[in-house]
Amino acid sequence: MSVVAGFVVAGLAVALSGSDPWQSFYALFQGAFINPRALPETLVATTPYIFLGLGVGLGFRAGLFNIGAEGQFYIGALFGVFIGYSLHELPTIVHVLLALLAGILGGFLWAAVPGILKARFGAHEVITTIMLNYVAFALVNFLINNGPMVDKSSSAPRTPYIDPAAQLPILASGTRLHAGLLLALLAIPIVWFLLDRTTIGFRIRTVGFSPTAARAAGISVAWTLLATMGLSGGLAGIAGADEVLGVSHYMPPSFSTGYGFDAIAVALLARSNPWAILPAAFLFGALSSGSRFMQFQTQVSADVISVVQATVIMFIAAPVLFQWIFRLRRAPAPAIKIASEEGVL
Amino acid sequence: MNEATPLTLAALGGVVSERSGVVNIALEGMMLMSAFTGYVVAFQTHNLWLGVLAGVLTGVLIATLHAALSISLMVDQIVSGFVINILALGITGVFFKGFLQEASVAGPGVLPTWEIPLLSKIPVIGPILFIHQPITFAMLLAIVLIQFLLFYTVWGLRTRAVGEHPLAADTVGINVYLVRYVAVILSGGLAGLGGAYFSLQQIGQFLPNMTGGRGFIALAAMIFGKWKPLGAFYACLLFAGAEALSGRIQITGVHIPFQFLGMLPYLLTIIVVAGAMGRAVAPAADGKPYRKA
Amino acid sequence: MDLVIEWGQVHALLGENGAGKTTLMNVVYGLVRADGGEIVFDGNPAAIHGPTDAIRLGIGMVHQHFMLIPPLTVAENIILGHETVGPLSTVDVAKARQQVSALANRYRLEVDPAARVANLSVGMQQRVEILKTLYRGARLLIMDEPTAVLTPQEAQGLFEILRSLAKEGKAIIFITHKLGEVIDISDRITVMRHGKVVATTTPRESSPADLARLMVGRPVMLQVDKRPARPGKPVMELQQLVVEDDRRHTAVNGIELEVRSGEIVGIAGVEGNGQNELVEALVGLRQPRSGTILLNGRDVTRTSARTFISLGVGHIPADRHRMGIVMELSIADNLVLATYDRRPFASGIVRQLSAVWSYAKKLIKSFDIRAGSPGQPVGSLSGGNQQKVVAARELGRNPKVLIASQPTRGLDVGSIEFIHKQIVTQRDAGLGVLLVSSELDEVLSLADRVAVMYRGQIVGVLEGKDAERERIGLMMAGAA
Repeated sequence: MSVVAGFVVAGLAVALSGSDPWQSFYALFQGAFINPRALPETLVATTPYIFLGLGVGLGFRAGLFNIGAEGQFYIGALFGVFIGYSLHELPTIVHVLLALLAGILGGFLWAAVPGILKARFGAHEVITTIMLNYVAFALVNFLINNGPMVDKSSSAPRTPYIDPAAQLPILASGTRLHAGLLLALLAIPIVWFLLDRTTIGFRIRTVGFSPTAARAAGISVAWTLLATMGLSGGLAGIAGADEVLGVSHYMPPSFSTGYGFDAIAVALLARSNPWAILPAAFLFGALSSGSRFMQFQTQVSADVISVVQATVIMFIAAPVLFQWIFRLRRAPAPAIKIASEEGVL
Repeated sequence: MNEATPLTLAALGGVVSERSGVVNIALEGMMLMSAFTGYVVAFQTHNLWLGVLAGVLTGVLIATLHAALSISLMVDQIVSGFVINILALGITGVFFKGFLQEASVAGPGVLPTWEIPLLSKIPVIGPILFIHQPITFAMLLAIVLIQFLLFYTVWGLRTRAVGEHPLAADTVGINVYLVRYVAVILSGGLAGLGGAYFSLQQIGQFLPNMTGGRGFIALAAMIFGKWKPLGAFYACLLFAGAEALSGRIQITGVHIPFQFLGMLPYLLTIIVVAGAMGRAVAPAADGKPYRKA
Repeated sequence: MDLVIEWGQVHALLGENGAGKTTLMNVVYGLVRADGGEIVFDGNPAAIHGPTDAIRLGIGMVHQHFMLIPPLTVAENIILGHETVGPLSTVDVAKARQQVSALANRYRLEVDPAARVANLSVGMQQRVEILKTLYRGARLLIMDEPTAVLTPQEAQGLFEILRSLAKEGKAIIFITHKLGEVIDISDRITVMRHGKVVATTTPRESSPADLARLMVGRPVMLQVDKRPARPGKPVMELQQLVVEDDRRHTAVNGIELEVRSGEIVGIAGVEGNGQNELVEALVGLRQPRSGTILLNGRDVTRTSARTFISLGVGHIPADRHRMGIVMELSIADNLVLATYDRRPFASGIVRQLSAVWSYAKKLIKSFDIRAGSPGQPVGSLSGGNQQKVVAARELGRNPKVLIASQPTRGLDVGSIEFIHKQIVTQRDAGLGVLLVSSELDEVLSLADRVAVMYRGQIVGVLEGKDAERERIGLMMAGAA
């Protein structure tokens, strides 16, 4: 329902900007499902959304709003591509694994910074993660534009290509669909198990619901927040590395098209439930790949997707809105409550 | 002083909003939208002043949305602010592509520089305080005005009371929702003026995402300034100084990659937020929705 | 329900927690909307839609939790909403202070109008609250549990103020659940139970026992039935303990105390005299500035809450909702909140949910928690049952010492009796208990020894049998 509302509002915006919304949305649909190779492309875009959505959702469960997934994605990709191009003559499985682990490490480290700042000083993660996004962009820009990671043989600013052994295998020939999707699908039950069946997950959820009660029960809130932030960043980092190893095989300075921000909408739409991340990520994958075709076809900016997103989040976060518009008897529970127990903006 | 203008206006907006108990991370989106509409209106009407007015009104309008979402609909204030930020990115993106790109032959120009007669001739402080473009003057005026409103008037007393203890304010017959709406909307107007700075005073053009996270830097300045208008202003001067400094260093040709200099304000923000936290005390009910029984 | 209040009288509204006293008064004050019925004020039907209407009619309310804004001054708090306005809509601070001083003199309620409320004692804050209503011209004053935070002596002072206000013709509604006060202060008494008026009487017509029966609906034992304690070795010893509050002010100042196994040590005192900080230090949630805490002879002063838990410290926190339970988690999860990662509830990092489940079923039965299933969220239980969950969790892991802070606050009589009985039973089985309560009656009926706390210090320790109300009251006020 919130998705429908999102399209209505976005359609209005498109119409106001002087284009035909029906035509645009048809192009979007074509680009996502109908065109040759559209579906594989949608799945390619779904892959990072799964990882990132899981990561952001994990943060939500501990009451953390990780807006820094985008920056962690960049750093993960950076680490991944470095391992990818600097090592040679390794068996594929080892090389890919090393590069992915490097990506996790990169995202983990980048997210640990706001984690530490929050745990140690109570600095709110919303500000620090956003600021670290800008720092990550600048850092990547430096390394790839005029820093040590430039491929000198290329005229365009980018890193060298990764070793062929580090490439994730393609699943269907003639498409860009790669094995990363399988890894993402595997990550869903792992995150679910972590959250629902392990003591770590119990700690995360308890801290998310009530940091004060968690503290009284002997749970270290600071450590839990730090660990959650790190895990969340690790998932964002693997998304970045996976994207390099599976799709681009090198890294340009402007690498992502806002995957990390979209992931917040994915996590909200799924209400941070790991299983529900899959359909939500698929939806956003379709929007992402479809909007590229739409922009090409109709001159309507792919930015319209953020309008859809914003509206979707608005409807999910405001249960009362539903009540008003759809005259439901009872409002569904709010999807998200961000603990503002300590550290206020 | 120029760099500090939009920062200070946004930080003042933050002060007003948070003093009433509403966290406003939407400042960034408000500024971006205002920069955009301000530019469009100025472009269409060939009147920069109408552009500024449009910018302020846009801020007010978006602030009303933030207020409705977070005060009436009980959306988490941070989520609501986040939504507004991506909405602003999306809408400005769509419309920028829609007609600005093709149309931008010659922009509407930038606001003129004013010199206050006599006063500007005072050595040292004359040029600092009395030769500026209009929005900078407005900013200086706003600091004094908000300081006065917040700490000396009935409105200010009530606003601060609502931000500290809304239930207590309610029991003495103060309309908590109304007070918060007014504060958030005023905050939007200030951010809107700050947004107009970018497109109408600084470069005379609109660029996608031209506010570059300054709404968040302004929030950090507000925290550093302990939720006080003057304090926030000093903090903004500090941030603006960092920005200006990085620009200076670049020109002098010292061998530091420009990206590192660009990081400076963001890193400074992180340090300030981490360092100021705990020492500064936020309004007690900041960020907490108020639900009437 | 019907209730008639007359001018010039102190009318007590007596009832258990949850009987609906406060809700009723919030309706009168316009904070809560009534579902039906009407309010007649001064002979006319009154339409009260919000506090503004109530204030205009001359109704003032002093809430149980003060409605004061700590960073503002006394004068600012009093005039808030009815400000004295100067030019340009400024607040005329000088005039406000003058008015407040005049008002304070007239009713002999001296306060410094320029002081910040945050720096005032609780008793002074209550004065500010009363002045606030008088400033607004209140003729009907509603006092919600006003003595909860006062010493017996301070309460006597308040009663004098209230009597003199009544003599001036003002009407006063005095909400309480304490029987003794009712007899002391009121001209008329209305007893409420389960949202209904069960009787209206006068102090002369009714004895405390009658009132208690009316309030609860059945005869109650005012005394807890227990045998004399047989204390064993000390389980917890405090030596020169100094603890600071959040603002780094000394809250606990050099406490020496020991709790032996098989005894209940009660801490009596007016709230805010360092009890909360003491409790937090004793469960490892607050690092003491100096001094030593020994658990079974072992120094645990600089360890974490986790260590305290694993060494057998149980904790029933005063603030159940913030510290005791996690509303959204299930009963079963709440019951293992402190032991979720121990065997048999987890092996390695993997939780053993079936072990958790069967353990929860056992505790639900033995602690008589009224719940459908262990999987039900705790938030869906009544307050009494939530507190039983906390007690079951803390006592269920067989602690050596239990720190119980306001363990029965806000509960119905049935739950209070049950929890008291559990504590006494565990004491007889060798548990050392430190009971912190601002309800003097609770301390007197449960404790084997009573320590009185005043301004962060223990001003005296009395054996249970020597502990007389009067003497403790004086000690609570720092007068003995």
